[in-house]
Amino acid sequence: MSDLRNADAGWQEQLANAYKSFGLPRLIIAGMLVVLLIAAPLVGANFWMQITNVINRFSWNSVLVLAMVPMVHSGCGLNFGLPLGIISGLLGATISLEMGFTGPMSFAMAIAIATPFAILFGIGYGWLLNKIKGGEMMIATYVGFSSVSFMCMMWLLLPYRKPDMVWGYAGTGLRTTISLEGYYDQILAKFLQIRIGDLVIPTGSLLFFALLAFMMWAFLHTKTGTAMTAVGSNPTFARAAGINVDKMRMLSVVLSTWLAAIGILVYQQGFGFIQLYMAPFNMALPAVSAILIGGASVNKASIANVIIGTILFQGIVTMTPTVMNNAIHMDISEVLRMVVSNGMILYALTRKTEANS
Amino acid sequence: MSDHVPLLEMKNVAKDFFGNQVLKDINLTLESGQVLGLVGENGAGKSTLMKILFGMTEIQETGGYDGDVMLNGKKLHFTSPFDALAEGIGMVHQEFSLIPGFTATENILLNREPQKKSVVSEVFGERLNTLDRKSMKQKADGAIDKMGMHIDGEMVISDMPVGHKQFTEIARELSKEQLKLLILDEPTAVLTEREAEVLLESIRGMAARGIAVIFITHRLQEILNVCDKVVVMRDGVIVRDVASKDTNVSEITRWMVGRTVDSDTQMHRKPPETRTIMSIRKLWVDMPGETVRNVNLDVREGEILGIGGLAGQGKLGIPNGIMGLYSAGGQVTFDGKEIPLNSPRTCLDSQLAFVSEDRRGVGLLLDESLEWNIAFPAMQIQNKFLKNYLGGLIKWRDEKAIADVTRQYIEELQIKCTSSRQKAKQLSGGNQQKVCLAKAFALEPKFLFVSEPTRGIDVGAKALVLDALKKFNRENGVTVVMISSELEELRQICDRIAIVSGGRIAGILPATDSSESFGALMVSKVV
Amino acid sequence: MNKKTSAPSGKSITSFLGENSVPIMFIIIVAVCIPISGFSPKFLLNEIITRMGRNVFLILSLLIPIMAGMGLNFGMTLGAMAGEIALIFVSDWQIWGIPGIVLAMILSIPISVLMGIMCGKILNASKGREMITSYIISFFTNGLYQLLVLYMMGSVIPIIHNSIKLPRGYGIRQTVGLLNMRQSLDNLLALKIAGVKIPVMTFIIIAVMCLVIVWFRRTKLGQDMRAVGQDMEVARDAGIDVERTRIISIVISTVLAGFGMIIYLQNMGDMATYSAHSQIGMFCIAALLVGGASVDHASIGNVFLGVVLFHLMFILAPTAGAKITGDTMIGEYFRVFISYGVITVALVMYETKKRKAKAGMGQMLEAAQREEAQSDA
Repeated sequence: MSDLRNADAGWQEQLANAYKSFGLPRLIIAGMLVVLLIAAPLVGANFWMQITNVINRFSWNSVLVLAMVPMVHSGCGLNFGLPLGIISGLLGATISLEMGFTGPMSFAMAIAIATPFAILFGIGYGWLLNKIKGGEMMIATYVGFSSVSFMCMMWLLLPYRKPDMVWGYAGTGLRTTISLEGYYDQILAKFLQIRIGDLVIPTGSLLFFALLAFMMWAFLHTKTGTAMTAVGSNPTFARAAGINVDKMRMLSVVLSTWLAAIGILVYQQGFGFIQLYMAPFNMALPAVSAILIGGASVNKASIANVIIGTILFQGIVTMTPTVMNNAIHMDISEVLRMVVSNGMILYALTRKTEANS
Repeated sequence: MSDHVPLLEMKNVAKDFFGNQVLKDINLTLESGQVLGLVGENGAGKSTLMKILFGMTEIQETGGYDGDVMLNGKKLHFTSPFDALAEGIGMVHQEFSLIPGFTATENILLNREPQKKSVVSEVFGERLNTLDRKSMKQKADGAIDKMGMHIDGEMVISDMPVGHKQFTEIARELSKEQLKLLILDEPTAVLTEREAEVLLESIRGMAARGIAVIFITHRLQEILNVCDKVVVMRDGVIVRDVASKDTNVSEITRWMVGRTVDSDTQMHRKPPETRTIMSIRKLWVDMPGETVRNVNLDVREGEILGIGGLAGQGKLGIPNGIMGLYSAGGQVTFDGKEIPLNSPRTCLDSQLAFVSEDRRGVGLLLDESLEWNIAFPAMQIQNKFLKNYLGGLIKWRDEKAIADVTRQYIEELQIKCTSSRQKAKQLSGGNQQKVCLAKAFALEPKFLFVSEPTRGIDVGAKALVLDALKKFNRENGVTVVMISSELEELRQICDRIAIVSGGRIAGILPATDSSESFGALMVSKVV
Repeated sequence: MNKKTSAPSGKSITSFLGENSVPIMFIIIVAVCIPISGFSPKFLLNEIITRMGRNVFLILSLLIPIMAGMGLNFGMTLGAMAGEIALIFVSDWQIWGIPGIVLAMILSIPISVLMGIMCGKILNASKGREMITSYIISFFTNGLYQLLVLYMMGSVIPIIHNSIKLPRGYGIRQTVGLLNMRQSLDNLLALKIAGVKIPVMTFIIIAVMCLVIVWFRRTKLGQDMRAVGQDMEVARDAGIDVERTRIISIVISTVLAGFGMIIYLQNMGDMATYSAHSQIGMFCIAALLVGGASVDHASIGNVFLGVVLFHLMFILAPTAGAKITGDTMIGEYFRVFISYGVITVALVMYETKKRKAKAGMGQMLEAAQREEAQSDA
C-alpha cells in the first residue's frame, strides 16, 4: 500500500518521509552544528582550530560510542552499564603502568591486560542481563554505578606501589588522576599526524577507530553477527531458528564490555591522563546520547550511526563553549550539553520500538 | 402478537473486513428471560456477531456493519462497550478481565464503587470520595447471591481457583442493575463439571429473573440442558434457529460442520501405505491456551496429515511442543532416532521444519528484509549462503546467493513485493505467509509442520499457499503435517486427518470421511 | 497458591527470610558496625531522630507512584528542584521563619504541578520502561533547572539581593544560606528528653502525611491507582482513565517531594544550589528499598524502617571503615557502594520475580499425566 501512495505523492511527501525517518531532534542538532560552524569565524574563533578540536574529541570518544553497537544489535538495549567495561580498561591501564611498561608497549600491554578483565566482567554482566530480560537498561545503569563505587574502594586497597601513581604522603592508594606522560600519552594521535596550518589530524587514532569499526562491520556480516542481529530483531524468531538466544546476548555483552575497555584506553591516550574513582560514573550517558543522535534507536544501530553521532555530539560539546563565550560572554555549554544529550535519550525512550506489536 | 417488541432484534446484519465477508444476512430475535445457545465452528462468525452487539471498537475501526440491531425496538448505535453497558448489555469474555491483587468484591464493583462524600472531595472533586466499603460488600454479596454460586467476596483474585475467577466476572455483570442481556462466551471452558452445573443452574436463575442470556459454548449437551433455543452458525450465516427441545447433539453437530462440498476440487489420492516416519508417544505440552495431554500419534512417510479441532483444544500445542518452542515432555521418534524435546536446534538439525501460526511473533523478522527472513534459518542451521575464508574460520554472508534464493522463491510463490530487500512488515498477511513457507522450503526439510497456514489471509493467497504445500509434498516427497481450524481446508489437501479434542487425539479418519464424523470427534472430549 | 496453605511452617520462615533479605542484611551490618564505631547510644539516637525528621517526608513522596505501578519515581528530583526554586525566591524576599517555610511550600506547588505533568506525560509515552525514563528525566530537568537558576535568575527573573547572586551579576551562588529559617520548623514545640532533641512539629507533619496516605488509599482515586498499577488494560476496560490517573500520581509525588525538600533544607540550614537535589532521589530510593520495599510494593512501615537502617549505616560506615582499614575514605565509598548496590539488588529481584511466575506449569501437567497412566493400568 505504501508504495502506491509514494508513486502519486511526489517529492513533497518523500521529503516529509525523509524528515520523519531522520527525526526532528536530530535535525535540530545538525542545524545547531551548522550554525556553530558558521558563527565560529564570525565571533572571532579560529575556525581550523575548532575543526581540530572536534576531530580530536571524535578520536577520543568514538570507540566508546562504538561499544554501544553489539548490545543494541542483540536486543539488550543501550549499554548504560558502560562503566563496567571502562573499569576493565582502567585495570588494564593501571596494571600495565604498575608492571613498569613505558611508551607504546604500555599501551599494548594495557589492552592485553584489560582484555581478560573485560571478558570476565562481561560474562558476569551478560549472565545477569540474561536473567532479567526486559529490564536491561535500568539494571545496567545500576550495575555500572555499583561497580564504579566498588572500584573506588579497590583503588584505595589494591597493592599499587608505583610512586607516580599513588598518593605521595601515604604511599598507597591510587591518585584520582594519573598523568600518562612517558607512557602512552598521544601514542596513537602522534602516529602519522598531519599538520596543515592550524589543522591537526590525529591520523593514528582515527585509523585505530577505523580498524575497530571495520572489524565490527565485518563481524556483523558473518554468520554469528547475522544471528546476533536476528536475536535483537525478534528473539522468538531466532529461537525457533535454532539460535541459542542467551549465548548470543552474552557474546554481545562481552563484546560491548571489551570495546568499552579499549575505548577508555584510546580516550586516555588522547586526553593524557587516567581518571579513576568517580570519573567513569558519567561516561555512559554521553556515549548513549551520541549514538542516538547518530540515528540509532533502542534496538537498531549501525557504524554510520556511530560516526555521525559522535561527530554531531562532540561537535556541539566542543564548539559551544568557545562560540558562546566569544559571542555573549556567557558559557551555557554545560547546560546545553545536559539538555541536548538527555533530551535525546528521552526522545529515543518514548519512541515505540518493539518489533512485535 | 404483531405489535410485540422483542428485547433484542437483529435485522439483516452483515459485516466485512476489507472486502472479506464474515457475516451476512443475520436475523435473530431474543425475548427477555430467554436463553439462546449460540454454536458454530471457529471462524463461523460467532465472535464477530457478539462484538457488534457489544459495541467493540474494532468494529467501528474496520468500517462498522450493515443492517440493524435493535434493543426494545430502539435502534442501537454503539461506539464503545461503555454504550452497550449503559443500555444493559453485559459480556463475560473468554479472557479474564480482573485485577489480580484485588478481592472479588473490589473486582465486582471495579470503577462502580459506592462512595462517601467528604469535605475534601467537595473541594477537590469526586475522585477523592472515600470508598464505602460496607455498601460495597452488600452490593457484591447481593450479586453473588443472585448468581447462586457462593464465592468468598474477601478473597484476592490471584488466590482463587480458575472457576471462581469466572464466577467473579459473572457476578460483576449481575451487579449492574440495568442488566437486561448477558453474553457468556465459553464460560464453562475453565470450569469443573460440578461448577459447570452450578453455572447452568445460575443461568436458569437469571432467566427466571427476566434477564436474557446468550450462551456460547462448544459443549453441546449444556446448550440442550439450559437453552430455550439454539442458533447454529456456519461461514458467517445462521444455518439453523430452532427450539432446543426439538433437536439433539448429533443434529447440531451436523449443522455445524456439514456443508456442501464443492466436489470438483476433491481429487483424493489413496493414502500412502508407507512406513511410520515419526511416532509420538505420551506427549504433553505446556502451551498456554493450547495444552496437550498424553498424545500418541504416528505419521507415515510422504503423506499429508491434517490435525484439526476446535480452538483451545491443543492442536497448536503439538507442533510447538515437538519443535521446542514450548516446554514439553514425552517421546518423539523421527526416522528411527529419538528427538530430544525442548531443543529447537536438534529438531532443525534432523531436517524437521516448522511454519508457525504466529507469523508476526515467531515466523518473521518484521524489521528485516525478505532476504534475511528467507535465508536465515538455512544459513544458521545448514551453513548455506555462506562464503568461507581462512579455512572456514570466517563464515561470511554471501549476499548474492541470498538474493538469488530469495528471488527464486518470490517467483515460485508469487510473493508480491517491491524488491527482495523490502522489509517483511511492509507485506500483506498473505505474502508474509508465503515468506514463512519460503523460509521453511529453503531448509529443504524431510518433514514439515505447517500451523494454520491460511489464518487471516485472503482467498487467492489461501489457494496458492495450499497448492504450494501440496506441490512440495508431491514433488519432493516431503512429509507434511498441517494444523488448521478449518476442516474443509484440511479435507482438500490432506490424506488423513487427526482430530484433537481436550488436548488428546480423539481419532484419525481418512480425509474422505463425512463431515459429521469429524464434527462428532471435535466435540467428543471438549474441556 | 494452594502451596502457601499446605506448606509446612519451615518453608514460611525461609520465604519470610527471602522476602526480607535486604532489611535483615542491613540489621546485621548495623549490628556489627555499632560496637566497632564506638558511638554512644545517645549520639546515635539523636542523629537518627534528626535524620528521620529530615528525610521521611521526602521518602513518603515515593509511595504513590509505586501504588500506581510506575515503579520507583526517580523523577522525584523534579519536586526537589521545585522546592529549591521556591526557597530561592522566599529567601530573596527575606521572608523568614515559619512564614517563609509556608510560603515556600505554597510557591513550590505550581512549579511541581507543571513539572509533574510534563514528567507524567513523558512516562505515559514510555510505558514499561518508566524507571529508566524517569531517571533520565531527572537529568534532563537538571539541565533546565541550571539554565533557569544559573543564567536566568538575576538577568531575566528579578533577584533583589546581591547576597544570593553570583558576583558576575546574574545567577545564584553555589550555596544559599537559610540561616534565618534554620530548623524553625524543627524547633517549634521541640522537646528535649534526656539530651535527645525531638522536633515535635516536624513529626506531627509527618504523622499527618502518613494519615493522609492511609486515607488516600481508601479514596476512589487511590483505588483507581491500585487498579491501574496492577493491570492497565483491565482498568481501561472498566472505564478508568488510565493515562490521567498515572499523571495525577506523578503530580502528587512531585508536589510531596517539593514539600519534603523544603523540610529537608530547613533542617540543614543552607542549600547547595546546584547539587542538593542531584543525589536526593538516589538516597531516598535506597532508603525505601533498605526498609524492605520493592519496585511494586511499598508501605509506610518500609519508609520508617528504611530511614533508620539506611541512615544508621550512613553514620556508622565511615567511622567503622576507618577503624577497620585505617582509611576514612573507604567508609565514604562503602556507603555509596551500598546505596547503589541495594538498588541494583532490588531491581534484579523484581525482574527475576516477574519472570519466575510462569515456570512450574509443566511439572503439573507431567504429574497429571503420570497419575492418569497409573489409573489406566
